[in-house]
Amino acid sequence: MAKVTVKSLYKIYGPRPQKALPLVKQGISKEELLKKTGNGIGINDANFDVEEGEIFVVMGLSGSGKSTLIRCLNRLIEPTAGEIYIDDQNIVGCSDEVLLQVRRKKIAMVFQHFALFPHRTVAENVAYGLEVQKVPPTERIKKAYEALEMVGLSGYEESFPSELSGGMQQRVGLARALATEADILLMDEAFSALDPLIRTEMQDELIALQERMKKTIIFITHDLDEALKIGDRIAIMKEGVVVQIGTPEEILDHPADDYVRAFIKDVNRAKVLTASAVMKKPDGIVTLKDGIRVAMRKMEEVGISSIFVVDKARILQGIVTIDDAIDALKRGETSLQAIINKEIETTDGDTPLLDLMPTAIKTKYPIAVINESNRLLGIIVRVSVLAGILGEEAESND
Amino acid sequence: MIRLPLGEYFEAFIDLLKDNFDPFFKGMKKGVLAIIDHIEDFLHFIPWWLLIILVAVLAWRLSGKKLGILSAVGLYIIYSIDLWSEMIDTLSLVFSATFLALVIGIPLGIWMAKNDMTERIVKPILDFMQTMPAFVYLIPSVIFFGLGKMPGAIATIIFAMPPVVRLTNLGIRQVPEDVVEAATSFGSTSGQMLLKVQIPLAMPTILAGVNQTIMLSLSMVVISAMIGARGLGEVVLSGVTQMQIGDGFEGGIAVVILAIVLDRITQAVGTRTNAKKTS
Ligand SMILES: Nc1ncnc2c1ncn2[C@@H]1O[C@H](COP(=O)(O)OP(=O)(O)OP(=O)(O)O)[C@@H](O)[C@H]1O
Ligand SMILES: [Mg+2]
Repeated sequence: MAKVTVKSLYKIYGPRPQKALPLVKQGISKEELLKKTGNGIGINDANFDVEEGEIFVVMGLSGSGKSTLIRCLNRLIEPTAGEIYIDDQNIVGCSDEVLLQVRRKKIAMVFQHFALFPHRTVAENVAYGLEVQKVPPTERIKKAYEALEMVGLSGYEESFPSELSGGMQQRVGLARALATEADILLMDEAFSALDPLIRTEMQDELIALQERMKKTIIFITHDLDEALKIGDRIAIMKEGVVVQIGTPEEILDHPADDYVRAFIKDVNRAKVLTASAVMKKPDGIVTLKDGIRVAMRKMEEVGISSIFVVDKARILQGIVTIDDAIDALKRGETSLQAIINKEIETTDGDTPLLDLMPTAIKTKYPIAVINESNRLLGIIVRVSVLAGILGEEAESND
Repeated sequence: MIRLPLGEYFEAFIDLLKDNFDPFFKGMKKGVLAIIDHIEDFLHFIPWWLLIILVAVLAWRLSGKKLGILSAVGLYIIYSIDLWSEMIDTLSLVFSATFLALVIGIPLGIWMAKNDMTERIVKPILDFMQTMPAFVYLIPSVIFFGLGKMPGAIATIIFAMPPVVRLTNLGIRQVPEDVVEAATSFGSTSGQMLLKVQIPLAMPTILAGVNQTIMLSLSMVVISAMIGARGLGEVVLSGVTQMQIGDGFEGGIAVVILAIVLDRITQAVGTRTNAKKTS
């Protein structure tokens, strides 16, 4: 079930937005609307679901409405029309009391420029969300210390924010959001104000934290590399419209329009695309009990010179080549066990293509993609590594 | 040319107020006088040497040895030129007027900061209050409250209130927007926002307003003396009107000393609150 659902969401800035709404629904352009009524379009008919435990990234050029969108989700900005369901509760048009509870218990936010309270210590900053809920001081400070430990800031609890570096300040921002134990985190360009190195570090840490905490995160960024790195799914916005939503691979492989294509053109595909994106279903596989004859017939059928062997739970056992099979048959062997070659290259699905390249170049056989229990998920042949890196053009040319 | 009878309208308006709201003004007078009298009684009750020590210690703690010594020496000079009792009268008037100006001014400033409409209405009134020569407030004050310290206090409050209102408004509006957003996003009520975030962050600015309000109150002492308020103002005024240069000079020096001590001490409070959050 979706954690957050956004339906037909509109935000129109300027005077009397309700009057401008029908025009926007009719598809008036941004410039025309501004000329006609003086209104600006912040969000234009956004629809999407965010699943529990997912990192949902929103990308787009400056002014495309990312901040507006994320601020509608906790109603820091009042939507003009539409519905936003948080755990099945529509927070558009709900009572102030409900909204307050949603903000206190369900959603926490991390800000681009940290937005810490300069007059409070780090621990008091982190405890703020609990303080407004009237959690007793000892308890909330204890939770604040725990949250600070999670983000690696133990020892700085009694410092003031101004004494910390930018990266550390944003850790405080993150701890402040974690301390309320809200399920949903909103992060508006949370790492954009940091140096590249610190930024990478924070991204890694967010990913690591997410492994443990399984929050639902809505993350805004300008930066495609960041989006591809941390996003389970990415939404791309243009002038208030969500033009495409998909996994990083989907976006890279099938950009919806030229705007998206322009976005992704500089991306280093080798870094982004993973093994699972380019692997294919093996043309044929054999199980141990099938024997040499079956293996040979299957190889002949599809015209391959080697075939992967699995057991009946699809656990990878090794590979058998056509030459070995012919030799074995001549010797009168029938069982695959004798000729199975266990010296094969394997990888998990998340390995970037960049890391697979050296292996792909030197190996004689396809690379097997397996999961943590050695189940065979798919295979990668050398040519698909290259095709993956070259991307669309390569595909459309062949 | 037709003469616009502005003055007559104003007079009629004041008469109307006086005729219809007399009980209100009487009650107000009673309340304000009670405050002034209490402060006066209290300050007169403290022996002069104890007050000097208290002020000096306060100044020392807030700022340092230098201000501590300066305050002690300054106040001792006032004592030694035999103006202690007048100084206490003046101080009481300044404190009462400041107290009332803050009680009205700070909430008004907060309201202005939270409500654009209020700001739009109050701002021109504040401009008017500040540019109008202070003497002008004396006339209606006397009409409503008779002679003595009451009209002096009222005129002083009106004259001294604008800075604290303005600076409270400014201080709260200057709190960075994303900090306010952060507080909102964690589910602050507007009261929590005000008490936990906006006022603490606006505090240095509000204190600058308090400082200005105190200084403006003090600047009113001579003017209020004209309508019978006692204290250092009276000394200066009689020095001027009776051509007693020496007495007038001594009164003036006492006002200056009081001004410096009050100014430095309130400023020190301001810088301390500032220092705490950036340390
Ligand atoms: N308070 C406002 N009043 C009027 N127009 C606004 C307001 N806030 C944003 N807008 C407009 O709405 C559009 C979307 O702004 P928004 O801040 O959501 O963009 P963004 O994608 O977050 O941009 P950035 O990457 O620069 O942060 C812009 O055209 C902006 O000018
Ligand atoms: Mg933005």
